[in-house]
Amino acid sequence: MTDVLPFTDGELAAIRGDFPILTRTVRDGRPLVYLDSGATSHKPTPVLDAERAFYEQHNAAVHRGAHQLAEEATDDFEAARATVASFIGAPADEVVFTKNATEALNLVAYAFSNAAPTDDPKDERFVLRPGDEILVTEMEHHANLVPWQELARRTGATLRWVPVDADGALDLSGLDELLTERTKVFAFTHVSNVLGSVNPVADLAARAHAVGALVVVDACQSVPHLAVDVATLGADFIAFSGHKMYGPMGVGVLWGRGELLEVMPPFLTGGSMIELVTMERSTYAPAPQKVEAGVPNAAQAVGLAAAVRWIESVGIERIHAHEAALVQRLLVALADRPWVRVVGPAAGRPRGGAVAFVVDGVHAHDVGQVLDDAGVAVRVGHHCAWPLHRALGAPATTRASFAVYNSAAEVDALVDALDRVPVVFGLDLERAAS
Amino acid sequence: MDLYQELILEHSKRPRHAGLREPFDAEVHHINPTCGDEVTLRVDVTGTGADAIVRDVSYVAQGCSISVASASVLADEVIGHSVGQALTTFEAMREMLTSRGRVAGDETVIGDGVALSGVSKYPARVKCALLGWTAFTDALVRSGVDISTTTIDSTPRQGVSS
Repeated sequence: MTDVLPFTDGELAAIRGDFPILTRTVRDGRPLVYLDSGATSHKPTPVLDAERAFYEQHNAAVHRGAHQLAEEATDDFEAARATVASFIGAPADEVVFTKNATEALNLVAYAFSNAAPTDDPKDERFVLRPGDEILVTEMEHHANLVPWQELARRTGATLRWVPVDADGALDLSGLDELLTERTKVFAFTHVSNVLGSVNPVADLAARAHAVGALVVVDACQSVPHLAVDVATLGADFIAFSGHKMYGPMGVGVLWGRGELLEVMPPFLTGGSMIELVTMERSTYAPAPQKVEAGVPNAAQAVGLAAAVRWIESVGIERIHAHEAALVQRLLVALADRPWVRVVGPAAGRPRGGAVAFVVDGVHAHDVGQVLDDAGVAVRVGHHCAWPLHRALGAPATTRASFAVYNSAAEVDALVDALDRVPVVFGLDLERAAS
Repeated sequence: MDLYQELILEHSKRPRHAGLREPFDAEVHHINPTCGDEVTLRVDVTGTGADAIVRDVSYVAQGCSISVASASVLADEVIGHSVGQALTTFEAMREMLTSRGRVAGDETVIGDGVALSGVSKYPARVKCALLGWTAFTDALVRSGVDISTTTIDSTPRQGVSS
């Protein structure tokens, strides 16, 4: 495999130049150091232009109407679907556009016949009964936890979870007891939004399929940062958000195996997704339209396709390598500061673009405030992963998350600002170091 | 960092009247869901009207320095005073905290609470500063105090008793 070339200074400057918001200053004229792309990423001009161009030139309601504008809008929307599908190695009709990943995960949860408004289940895999089990993990973002809690409550199925160990890694030692023929769904994250840990999707999926369970993967922190090919990943469904991959807000993606999308009941119903409608009952269109109710967010889908093309123009492998180098730079600097405890995989283990840490004696909210004062934007709290934080024994953490437009200088700015925390809060660093 | 005045750090490192004590009339547990600040708070009140006296406020506050300091200031300011005065102080704190930097706060009304005036310029921290106070009013209600009919007490304060 050829070595991936790091960005030259010129290349990184050109990349940053594509993002107008990066010229912003904050807090008394300080340059913005944005290290919160795990929450939402910024959007390059080609994405903004694509969405605007749709509204200015091709705007119409998709899949409706026989006039020229409607044809153009529909073509644009379906071309966007094909672009996104190709990006993840899928056929176009296996890509469903949603509002975001949270809606995509809810779509799968509500596809269970006895959780959604249908009494005509086409496939036993989408029926849950008391005694059936749903398996998740303790490290899940709430979007891949709460819908399964609700599904269990509605259907009488039992929710179980793979625990994390004290370092935040999945404790797979008891998996054989947790993943059994009673398990109908195993839902887990590809890359943790807190720990950055990368879970072994193929292995876990193989074990799930061996007992007949469906595999649902939260890919929000993987698709934007590393190459994902659903043909080899092993999952039955993946969900990701457009806004975390340089795309617009308001568009997300559910990928699902065609034969599963075919038999799943829809989640949202209404216009667009129907085949035949009478007053008494309706039948539904084939997938993916069956699970895309209402006028679609076509402009946002077009924007997401532009984001995919932008990513491809830079190269996902180069993006991945660039972010990994920034993570390493930060981990090395933090290792030098014994009053900072990084959570998640040890240095050298595979890591996604998130680095969450605890400062001894200072609450994350206060750490974030000092960083914000220096123009450094991070996230603080439990990052929508509250059970994970309880398992880690940390009420809250501070999280820096990287994207393609971040630089080594920004890592240094974060560390410099972090060094102000012990000063502001009067930490005894000598005692902390012992 | 203007926000973290020495007084705030002092209150957060050594919160006044901290700990859970008996007797108490009601105990509440409040959480700030966005960041995980939490407070368990008890009140000991004599009487139920506007002239009811707050004999004790005891609490355990876990979270950011703003939430802990604010709970400490709360306890300092209301213990030994009437419910009417306590609610006046609460209203003054809330007005300052939600003023986006326009209201500096009056030390004769809110005492050390003026140290938290910087919070009003950081909307994301206002809930941290209000956490203890909203827990306190919740505990008053659960103690049987009718705070809806309690009139704001405009009697000048005599100073803080401890």
